[in-house]
Amino acid sequence: MKADQTLDCMGLYCPMPIVKTAEKIKQMKEGEVLEVLGDDQGIKQDMPAWCEATGNKFLGMEEAGGEIKVYVKKTHR
Amino acid sequence: MAEQKKEKMTIAVLSGDLERALAAFMLAVTGASMGMEVSMFFTFWGLNIVKREEGSLKSKGLMRKMLNLMNRGGAKRLKLSRFNMLGLGTWMMKRLMKETNMPSVSEYITMAKDMGVKLIACTTTCGVMGIPPEKGTFRSEVESLAGAATFLGEARQSGIVLFI
Repeated sequence: MKADQTLDCMGLYCPMPIVKTAEKIKQMKEGEVLEVLGDDQGIKQDMPAWCEATGNKFLGMEEAGGEIKVYVKKTHR
Repeated sequence: MAEQKKEKMTIAVLSGDLERALAAFMLAVTGASMGMEVSMFFTFWGLNIVKREEGSLKSKGLMRKMLNLMNRGGAKRLKLSRFNMLGLGTWMMKRLMKETNMPSVSEYITMAKDMGVKLIACTTTCGVMGIPPEKGTFRSEVESLAGAATFLGEARQSGIVLFI
């Protein structure tokens, strides 16, 4: 998936990937896509939950070799 | 999202155990990152989490002086509730936390403040335990000192209320 920005959260456990995503998204423009790289399994459930709560759009995820990529589109409610 | 009324979360932190303090801050910063307005009330042993690490407290009376001598406080002095083993267990846990890039309690306090979490110290327990109820007693991140009515005032408007 194509992304405008990438956030590296490899080696970070919950809640840091979420906290960093929130921080990063704040600096992005509406409609831009953020790719978050992580290896904590929690992110697979946490990112959709965070998107649900904040109104950002969860676009999906890819997983390969222990690396999880999740995609979030900055969206206003 | 600005027009929408913000969701609120209020956390009472009574425990000064390392793992409970961590759990409280994890939820606080996550709540803040989800756009919630978060308040944390520190009371009884929980006050230890936000006490200044350096210097001693001036308290009145022998019992309170003794209590504050034994119960020094400060984020870096928190212990695990289990397997402390005279500090060895806590030391090991802190090493494991570092290895897994987990922030320390002190780092969490700063992070929470930066994210807009309100940190409030309870004046009543300060009084009982001989902790001077003034700003200088606590870390600079603590923005106010208040009591039960303030806690309940926040709690009644919160969708999430936790007691840790």
